[in-house]
Amino acid sequence: MSLDHSFVGRTYPPTAPYQVGREKIREFATAIGATDPAHHDPEAARALGHPDVVAPPTFPVAITMAASRQIIEDPALGVDYSRVVHGDQRFAYTRPVVAGDELVCVNIIEDITSRGGHEFLTTRTDVSTTGGEPVVAVWSKLVVRGEN
Amino acid sequence: MELTTQTFRVTRADLVRYAGASGDFNPIHWNDRFATKVGLPGVIAHGMFTMALVGRAVTAWAGSPDAVVDYNVRFTRPVVVPDDDKGTEIVVNAVVREVTEEGLTRLDVTATCQGEKVLSQARATVRTAG
Repeated sequence: MSLDHSFVGRTYPPTAPYQVGREKIREFATAIGATDPAHHDPEAARALGHPDVVAPPTFPVAITMAASRQIIEDPALGVDYSRVVHGDQRFAYTRPVVAGDELVCVNIIEDITSRGGHEFLTTRTDVSTTGGEPVVAVWSKLVVRGEN
Repeated sequence: MELTTQTFRVTRADLVRYAGASGDFNPIHWNDRFATKVGLPGVIAHGMFTMALVGRAVTAWAGSPDAVVDYNVRFTRPVVVPDDDKGTEIVVNAVVREVTEEGLTRLDVTATCQGEKVLSQARATVRTAG
């Protein structure tokens, strides 16, 4: 089954706000072995000019992966998730994510291509605060492997 | 300029911990039976876990945990993590490609596992102090 290419350019409605917790950042940092005090200790983060602990650079994926279910599970688009592998990933930061942020994701389908029996779905998720301040733009390329 | 090589050990326990922290519970990252059924050589690390470890290397080089401005990778090869206490190793290298007038440093990064490249076109832009 192929993806519906007419979805290129589609923007989905903003997701419900995600409250970034201090303990969640600590848990994520611990899981990846990131021991820098700024991920764990609010005082160390404040010394760097942040209001609270700072998330490691790939932390937003914990939010955007859940948010992108909007796309993956859109029956009209037709992604077979059991055939999906992660192709590319990019984060472009306006500023780091910090504890206390309340973040909203807007998912956009940037590109759909087919090559060699596989399909490539590029999504962009614009992550901003509920106040409208842009924080990070996150791109993912998912490869939907062809059946053979 | 070439930066100091950094090495990260990855075990099954790390994958379980990462699954919990990230919310990515895909069984290919913890269940051999499932992984081999879908054609993988065994349980593999989350690509995003590898990217996170490389991110640690990048922030360590930059000297600050909040230095990353832009960071992208392509996942070229899975990191197979054996079911033992030793796990496997990811080796991360980087070279400085460019230093801009705005105080940004662009790095070209490579990550290998068992001598094979697991990420390609990995690039990070970091804000450098001073």
